Amino acid sequence: MIQAIGLTKDYGARRAIENLTFEARQGEVVGFLGPNGAGKTTTMRILTGYMPPTYGTAKVAGFDILEESIEVRRRVGYLPETVPLYPDMTVFEYLKFMADLRHAPNAEDMVDDALALVGMEDRADGYISNLSKGMRQRIGLAQALLHKPEVLILDEPTIGLDPAQVVEVRSIIREIGKERTILLSTHILSEAQQLCDRVLIINKGRIVAEDTPENLQARLVGAERVILRVRGEADDLAPVIAKIKGVRDVDIQPDGTLAFQFAPNVDVRPEVARAAVKAGYDLLELRPVGLSLEEIFLQLTQETAKEK
Amino acid sequence: MRNIWTIARREYRQYFISPIAYIIALATLLWVGIYFVVVINYVAAQAYYYAPPAPGVSIVIGQMATIFLLASPALTMRLLADEQRMGTMELLLTTPMHDWELVVGKWLGSFLFALTLIGVSLIYPLVLHTMTTGGIDQGLLLSGYVAIILLSAVFLAIGTAISALFSNQFAAFFATLAILLALWWLISLPTYVLPPGTISDIFNYLTLNGRFNAMLDGVITNADIVYHLSLTALGLFLGTVAVEMRRWR
Ligand SMILES: Nc1ncnc2c1ncn2[C@@H]1O[C@H](COP(=O)(O)OP(=O)(O)O)[C@@H](O)[C@H]1O
Ligand SMILES: [Mg+2]
Repeated sequence: MIQAIGLTKDYGARRAIENLTFEARQGEVVGFLGPNGAGKTTTMRILTGYMPPTYGTAKVAGFDILEESIEVRRRVGYLPETVPLYPDMTVFEYLKFMADLRHAPNAEDMVDDALALVGMEDRADGYISNLSKGMRQRIGLAQALLHKPEVLILDEPTIGLDPAQVVEVRSIIREIGKERTILLSTHILSEAQQLCDRVLIINKGRIVAEDTPENLQARLVGAERVILRVRGEADDLAPVIAKIKGVRDVDIQPDGTLAFQFAPNVDVRPEVARAAVKAGYDLLELRPVGLSLEEIFLQLTQETAKEK
Repeated sequence: MRNIWTIARREYRQYFISPIAYIIALATLLWVGIYFVVVINYVAAQAYYYAPPAPGVSIVIGQMATIFLLASPALTMRLLADEQRMGTMELLLTTPMHDWELVVGKWLGSFLFALTLIGVSLIYPLVLHTMTTGGIDQGLLLSGYVAIILLSAVFLAIGTAISALFSNQFAAFFATLAILLALWWLISLPTYVLPPGTISDIFNYLTLNGRFNAMLDGVITNADIVYHLSLTALGLFLGTVAVEMRRWR
């Protein structure tokens, strides 16, 4: 459904994305995971026909983004990063306007359907300026869904929402993802893992890894630091833990807990727990701490380098 | 065509919820009205001594041209600049609509609003018609209104194009005003100093003001119509180029 070949975009002398090649198959939910400035928005703007790439090309829903831009735009629903709304219109007026631009044969029904899908039927006559951030995001989603597009492109759909709103928006995306091809971007690893069939990790304009959430998880096990808390001082425990096969980087934290990492593919946590108890300590906590995206990239790129 | 209409209709409706549009409508009709009453009273007072020629429709249209010079930039300033500022441009440019349809639709919305104002202003000639013996010259009425309609098409097209260049509506306002003043008046200046001849004729050909006054006097040539329509088309074309250039940035 989406086939990008060597997409490159220069803003003046600055290269935002370089030689991106990837695809999203029919019905797949593909995640674009990367920190700010990675080039997610740029890529999405190219795929939606907002701006042309400097080099490379792509096919979306079977049409070339450069040669057949209008055909592509007909088949794509797009939620930009800053949700574009007209505050002085009512929800209904806004969606009707967008439906008209989409040449919907029965615009009013489509608006009703889209509103039902995002659970905002009761707000149809309210002014957009009076809506909360979460509701605006849902109206943005409704706008992207109006014409029942074959491909949905959602740029950071949960950014800036409070936790309850994040849950709502994610469940809407999961619902529509059942039957549509979706490309969504995020800078949150767990979000990509929850929502996507496949994750593309992008950093500094390049794809650094591509995998299913499960494989990614497996590759990242041990990439996590683990915190071990026991009753009393853990100083004497450190050498014991360090001796266990697979454990590395053991050190005592300022708060008296002990932190360590372990090699990928061998989960040493059960053994660590037994060792602590055997050494006469009361084990209080054994907790993984998430890595920052930067550390994840480091892990994944080191790993790829090793494979080569 | 359908996209043009969708855009134009939204824009036209937006004017009726915007204070600026009401101020413009009020100012136009009020100013023309005051001028109208003053002239009528003056002529009526003169009639005490002798029979002056009855004022024609040009007392209404002439004033409207001056006001449109100021009002057009205010009507067009936000058309595309505001879409850029609010980020809704990204939305419009990813719908299945050609860039020129967006620009023409925006212009058409403002043109329809100007036509509404022009339509309302018809009450003054109607009043004049009932007041003067024998009524007003209907040929002049027609040519005068053709002139103001052509002129507003040009003003608004130029304003639309300039709005596409800015994301700040006030910058768009002043840039448009400057260009309209130049086209209306500034480029006729050389004709005062140049000896009559080809070069002077070219400037005369280009100035909007001269053409407008000739049309008010009832002389509309094909050249007038072609000139105004070409300027309108040029404005819309440049606006489209400006929107396209935004994509490449
Ligand atoms: N309009 C622009 N002009 C110049 N540079 C830009 C523009 N948009 C984005 N960039 C740059 O391109 C890079 C990628 O940006 P972006 O695609 O917005 O990343 P992301 O969406 O992943 O945060 C960044 O370094 C950003 O500063
Ligand atoms: Mg972004």
